[in-house]
Amino acid sequence: MIRFILTRIGLLIPTLIGVTLLAFALIRLAPGDAILLTAGERGMDPERYALLRHEMGFDRSLIEQYGIYLGQLALGDLGRSAYSHQPVLTEFLTLFPATIELTMAAMLFAVVLGLPAGMLAATRRGSVFDRATMAVSVAGYSMPIFWWGLLLILAFSVSLGWTPVSGRLSLTYFVEPVSGFMLIDTLISGEKGAFLSALRHLILPAVALGTVPLAVVARMTRSAMLDVLGEDYIRTARAKGLSPLRVIAIHALRNALIPVVTVIGLQVGHLLAGAILTETIFAWPGVGKWLVEAVRRRDYPVLQGGVLLAASVVMLVNLSIDLLYGAINPRIRHAR
Amino acid sequence: MRSSLLVLGLTLALGCAGAAEAKTLIYCSEGSPEGFNPQFSTSGTTFDATSRPLYGRLVEFERDTTKIGPGLAESWTVSDDGTVYTFRLRRGVKFHSRAGFTPSRDFNADDVLFSFERAWKSDHPYHKVSGGNYEYFNSMGMARLLKSIVKVDDYTVRFTLTAPEAPFIANLGMDFASILSAEYADKMLVARTPEKVDQEPIGTGPFILVAYRKDSDIRYRANPDYWQGKAKIDDLVFAITPDAAVRYAKLRVGECHVMAVPNPADLDSMRRDPNIRLLSQEGLNIGYWAFNTTKKPFDDKRVRQALSFAVDKKAIVEAVYLGAGTPATNPIPPTIWSYNDALKDYPYDPDRAKKLLAEAGYPNGFETDLWAMPVSRAYNPNARRMAELIQADLAKVGVKANIVQYEWTEYLRRGAAGEHQTMLLGWISDNGDPDNFLHTLLGCDAAKDGTNRARWCFKPFDDLVVAAKRTPDIAKRTELYKQAQIVFKEEAPWFTVAHSVTYQPVRKEVIDYKISPLGLHVFYGVDIQ
Repeated sequence: MIRFILTRIGLLIPTLIGVTLLAFALIRLAPGDAILLTAGERGMDPERYALLRHEMGFDRSLIEQYGIYLGQLALGDLGRSAYSHQPVLTEFLTLFPATIELTMAAMLFAVVLGLPAGMLAATRRGSVFDRATMAVSVAGYSMPIFWWGLLLILAFSVSLGWTPVSGRLSLTYFVEPVSGFMLIDTLISGEKGAFLSALRHLILPAVALGTVPLAVVARMTRSAMLDVLGEDYIRTARAKGLSPLRVIAIHALRNALIPVVTVIGLQVGHLLAGAILTETIFAWPGVGKWLVEAVRRRDYPVLQGGVLLAASVVMLVNLSIDLLYGAINPRIRHAR
Repeated sequence: MRSSLLVLGLTLALGCAGAAEAKTLIYCSEGSPEGFNPQFSTSGTTFDATSRPLYGRLVEFERDTTKIGPGLAESWTVSDDGTVYTFRLRRGVKFHSRAGFTPSRDFNADDVLFSFERAWKSDHPYHKVSGGNYEYFNSMGMARLLKSIVKVDDYTVRFTLTAPEAPFIANLGMDFASILSAEYADKMLVARTPEKVDQEPIGTGPFILVAYRKDSDIRYRANPDYWQGKAKIDDLVFAITPDAAVRYAKLRVGECHVMAVPNPADLDSMRRDPNIRLLSQEGLNIGYWAFNTTKKPFDDKRVRQALSFAVDKKAIVEAVYLGAGTPATNPIPPTIWSYNDALKDYPYDPDRAKKLLAEAGYPNGFETDLWAMPVSRAYNPNARRMAELIQADLAKVGVKANIVQYEWTEYLRRGAAGEHQTMLLGWISDNGDPDNFLHTLLGCDAAKDGTNRARWCFKPFDDLVVAAKRTPDIAKRTELYKQAQIVFKEEAPWFTVAHSVTYQPVRKEVIDYKISPLGLHVFYGVDIQ
């Protein structure tokens, strides 16, 4: 088992190098000039342009630039943002908890609603409930997040006034960032009402971001359950006279979970991608919004570092999911 | 949420007393500042969050005009030859205090020297700190212009220029000319943390920075010792909200009082909302269509005039600016001093256009390119659409225009190199001085690889705007610029399209908010019910 884990981690390294190459190349293939962008209509005289290019290292060949970047990376240096001049890693670590908080809340929303909905739909296959669930999930899956987020804001914040429009916490409160997770920080701070405010701010973005995974989880659970419900051991369990609830919750669900968990794991990548839009709409100070701004500003160090860090997170999550299989279903054991 | 804003006791949360009565103004801004030193920036987002609330300058623009008044300098004199500026500094101005720094002295000449020399002298100990890119200082030509800055005594500073330059005084009111504390810088240098100067700012401005959380919010409190008196509001909060539709939603429910850059599509519904007042002012900008006068057929004045007759300006402005623009006659907007309102624009007259083209030797028209910017700018929200409308009008007089687009920085680079025949572009004033349009965009200095996209070097015009640069006398300058505008109109190196209008939605409880003509958001002087 340990050897399996080590091999898998070892395999991550070439993948990550591939990610750095891809990020590096894509950013530079895109048209646009970070230096001229700041000057805008004013333009820049050629000597000064040459000087700035030299200072930023853009006058070297691409291979040289990539080599230098990898060298720094090996020393754990992700560089500094060309915009704020802060270290990329520091900015990422400051902003990442907000993204984790948001994606976890979205995932929770998706699983808590998606699993039971999928199970119910499977057991009542062909019923009105089944058809309705599947119809809603197709709609949810095809929902453009940007539009959906704005719609949620207009409905729940502007018309009904139930939830705040955007941000993580009412500006009435000022909570020192300790963990970076607003729900935890507000609890620690002991300020009355702060936790509730943080929770209220989390609802809409979590729903907006969780809608697509919710649809995916519901559909996947339904089809996995349908497969399993046709198996012999389910018939056996029923024949033994077990209660229908026990048959479904213990015998069927546990076996159906494998594909569902895989899908949930894969959704983490989608969630990070979706967070880019969700964070921009809801003014959520996470890494998604940070990366969008970096694209706009041609902030190469942030883009390279941010993509690399986000890719690492996705890979680690997928590795953990692989390891989870064994725990869920004892029939799956990793080769020694 | 609605009620929480009213009882917003921000100072309570910050550990100060008397919170319940505190007046807090929340501004939904569009993005995070680069940092807290305006010297490095060229962006209004950063200026709104740094130079305007936190710092002061030797001279200051009035809130809603481009008139220059005294700031940290009480008064100044200019030598007869226009090259020596002597500033008498204001006494008793206090710098901010914060954890880790309490000023031991008032503002004086050392702070002025530190602030300018940092940007100007590459061997200054602070020059390279925090990346050290003084883009605006350089692009305004300050490095070339300055000959020396001398401290005459603690409260007198003398700037000597390499050449007379009347707009210099307006440059000193710009954000890059903000005054930083030399004492704080020295302390941080000794403590080996010089970059703190740019992250934990100490200025003389009306507000003091309390906390900043990247991409989330910036909190300020009023500076009780501000030399013009404490601000009317006690706390100022920037809620950073990148999406314009969401900023508007926040404004509607009262999560903020003032919002940055509204969507043009939302203006109508803002006008109808009883809780929102929609302020507006003509912006200090110009959207233009430049003819490359070094290329055929645009080297011929008659061709340029013909195209000026050929395009229906009014229809374009209505279609492209959606009510947020006024047709432009002159290259400077009417809100700038020296605007020549006696000038008449070329009327829409395709027949005269055809006649002029025939006179110039193009009775059957010609083929040309027409470059359109790929981005939306304040002076031109939709260049592609504008280009299409121009194209259609030109076709009627036999001119075939091919629309060309490039990525934005590529567009700027190629345009500066003069690869175009005609191109759409525009300008937003840096300092409200007519020189910043007439010389910067149309003078001979900028005609080669510079900001003069018509590459138009016309001696009678250039003589006027250069002469205007060399005299500090506003009345004389006004006369020269008025004449220059007449020459411009006759020669028609540009088709002047429009000046766009700036819209500023604020909630009705906000009192005395004024739109800055320079496109900034200024909260000193604003009150709230």
